[in-house]
Amino acid sequence: MAEMYEKTRETEDTQKGKYLTFLLDNEAYAIEIKYVTEIIGIQPITEVPELPEYIKGIINLRGIIIPVMDVRLRFKKQPAEYNDRTCVIVIDVEGILIGLIVDSVSEVLSISDDSIVPPPEIKKGSENRYIQAIGRVENGVRLILDCRKLLNDNETEEISRTQN
Amino acid sequence: MNMHENETLFEMFIFETLELISQLEEIALISEKGNSVKNRINELFRIVHTIKGSAAMMNYDNIVTLSHSLEDVFYYMRENHPINVNYSVLTDIILRSADFIKNEVNQIQEGNVPYRDASFIVREIEQFLAAIKNDEKLITQESNDIPPVGDDSKAESSTPGKNRFKVVIFFEDGCEMENIRAFNVLNNLEKYADIIRYSPGDIIENQKTAEVIKTKGFEVEFSTELAMDDMKTIFSETVFLNDFKLELADSAGLNDAFTEKSNNDMEFAGPTLKQSMISVSVAKLDKLMDLVGEIVISQSMVIQNPELVGLNLSSFYKASNQLQKLNNELQDTVMSMRMVPLSATFQKMNRIVRDMEKKLNKKIKLEIIGGETEVDKNIIEHLSDPLMHLIRNAADHGIEPAEERIEKGKPASGKITLEAKNEGGDVWIYVRDDGRGMNKKSILQKAKQKGLLKVPENELTEREIFSFVFHPGFSTREEITEFSGRGVGMDVVSKNIEKLGGVVQVESVYGIGTTVSIKIPLTLAIIDGMIVRVGKSVYVIPITSIKESFKVQESAIFRDETGNEIIMLRGNCCPVIRFHEFFNINSDAVNLTEGIIIVVESEGRTVCLFADELMGVQQVVVKALPGYIRKVNGISGCTVMGNGLVSLIVDVPGMINTS
Repeated sequence: MAEMYEKTRETEDTQKGKYLTFLLDNEAYAIEIKYVTEIIGIQPITEVPELPEYIKGIINLRGIIIPVMDVRLRFKKQPAEYNDRTCVIVIDVEGILIGLIVDSVSEVLSISDDSIVPPPEIKKGSENRYIQAIGRVENGVRLILDCRKLLNDNETEEISRTQN
Repeated sequence: MNMHENETLFEMFIFETLELISQLEEIALISEKGNSVKNRINELFRIVHTIKGSAAMMNYDNIVTLSHSLEDVFYYMRENHPINVNYSVLTDIILRSADFIKNEVNQIQEGNVPYRDASFIVREIEQFLAAIKNDEKLITQESNDIPPVGDDSKAESSTPGKNRFKVVIFFEDGCEMENIRAFNVLNNLEKYADIIRYSPGDIIENQKTAEVIKTKGFEVEFSTELAMDDMKTIFSETVFLNDFKLELADSAGLNDAFTEKSNNDMEFAGPTLKQSMISVSVAKLDKLMDLVGEIVISQSMVIQNPELVGLNLSSFYKASNQLQKLNNELQDTVMSMRMVPLSATFQKMNRIVRDMEKKLNKKIKLEIIGGETEVDKNIIEHLSDPLMHLIRNAADHGIEPAEERIEKGKPASGKITLEAKNEGGDVWIYVRDDGRGMNKKSILQKAKQKGLLKVPENELTEREIFSFVFHPGFSTREEITEFSGRGVGMDVVSKNIEKLGGVVQVESVYGIGTTVSIKIPLTLAIIDGMIVRVGKSVYVIPITSIKESFKVQESAIFRDETGNEIIMLRGNCCPVIRFHEFFNINSDAVNLTEGIIIVVESEGRTVCLFADELMGVQQVVVKALPGYIRKVNGISGCTVMGNGLVSLIVDVPGMINTS
């Protein structure tokens, strides 16, 4: 019992500085591992009408119904066909569970705080608002996403609602 | 482990004290109306005594002091039966004390230390008691002349019309287990009478009492509305009866009798509730509901397993039918456990009406119909605030002062009716008053002022006009009173009811009265649904909304002036809603004749839904759409089908109202 307790404490500490990286087209993104609850393969999605186009619908995760967001569409990129490499990263942001559909998942990386710099000021493309920081790694950079913004940034949602 | 114990004790204290307080209020209110406070002094005493004890254990001194002084009053009244008691003042005191204790308990519940000083109320109570005692001194002469026995029995023999009897029962020789038979007699007797005392008292635990009963007989004192002859008949039917002696009871040992009974009695509002109950934490019930829901899903996953398709398994299907039957019963039982009658909530409204009467100086009678209607526990908690607002509105806005009513030819006392009834899968609650009613003209004007009119005036239905009052900040009141005029009440009401998945409507006739109707779905958890396919998507339509389904013939299809499709159904025109158009999805069938028509109804409006194919009927567990996805028009929830896929559940009223 005591050992398990120790182990959980360790994992919590060791979660710091770890990021899950995934790919959209050829761009590499990262999210803090503390938000990730699981990664599953793409499965049939039930469409729900009247939602913003980047919310593809809902899926059944062992009895829990969660919405899934196509991150490509969220970033206003061209949609891609789902294949067997497409993954759904289930994240838990302040109690809200949501699945992020990404092209593929890469690995879990440790990025220390000194390797993290704030994002550039260039306002190119809609994805900039969701990027919290840039992490420098061996073979390049990873764009670290702000999960809360990903879920809560409602500007586009408002527009699509009033259009309806 | 100690922490855990403390928490449970703490929760118990809060739960029990709040229950007791609400009983206290209820008894005070009911007996004030029926002028029977003195008959229920014992209950009041017991309740306050229990509250004092628990508070003392938890060291909440101010509650202890307050309950103690109330106890003193009740004790004095119980022992001495004072004649000159101002029951209205007493009820006031009881209610104010109840409020104080409620407040303190709420403070405790939130983790704060109860700090308020009860000495103000305590002083009042002491003065009240002193006043009664003083009056009694003046009437001492009188009370000395009346023989204590007679006086006692008049005051203590419950409500007039009740008889007190004493019976001694002897069983047949050699029938054995006389103590158990005596217990049966008690059980049977409880259906007709209130048991005051019985001897021997420990019939269940003590075998030796059987001997006592053999020789001395089993003695019971009880009070009942039935006559001596009726009781004779009842007793003569006792099993293994040898003989019995039935006589009118004297009042000897009166006080002992009452205290003994009070120890055996169960702590509930009123002597009429004689069910044995247990209190269960709501969390456990919720978990149970969830599990039952999962069982339903699992069950369909087994029975509809794709691997079984095409196999001839009659024995399997027989067994699975049995499983289904048992699960249905399980569901029904679990759902009924969470159902609580509305009466408790409705009774709370008595208090509000009473307070409003006094503050507004009006005469108002509250009539309650259908309190036994049951509603899911979750829903009940969110109902009392809206109901309170509505009752306040009715009392403040609606009911006119007595003189105005008399001028209009109405009875001087205004009436507010609270009615609840079950209809289909919903519970309807009506708040009706016979007051001023609402003025359509002034509502329209206010709405215009606020820029709420989106269509020309004359196109609005009555219902739409009245529904403006639910708009935030809407009020046609010129001044703001303590209770209303800020335009906050109705808005809160409609939001709260919507949260429960319900609907509020207002109907009114100017000068005659107003009715606010609330419709709430019963516990939604598991419904029977018809599964339909539209293109690649699968939808579930609740069976309760479906009237029929068929394949339509070309000859029955028409178009109206605006080009909308209509189907003639037995002489009635029924508009058509194409599923795929409504939800913007693809469908296979294009012609109405190729797919299937499902006729649905809601609130008197009938509509034909057009889908590709009927897949079957099954039970589904309703799950809410994830909170992240806000409300979608026409969808009331979702469910997991047997094959693991998620289907959307159609919100029929929503669809009909949108089109």
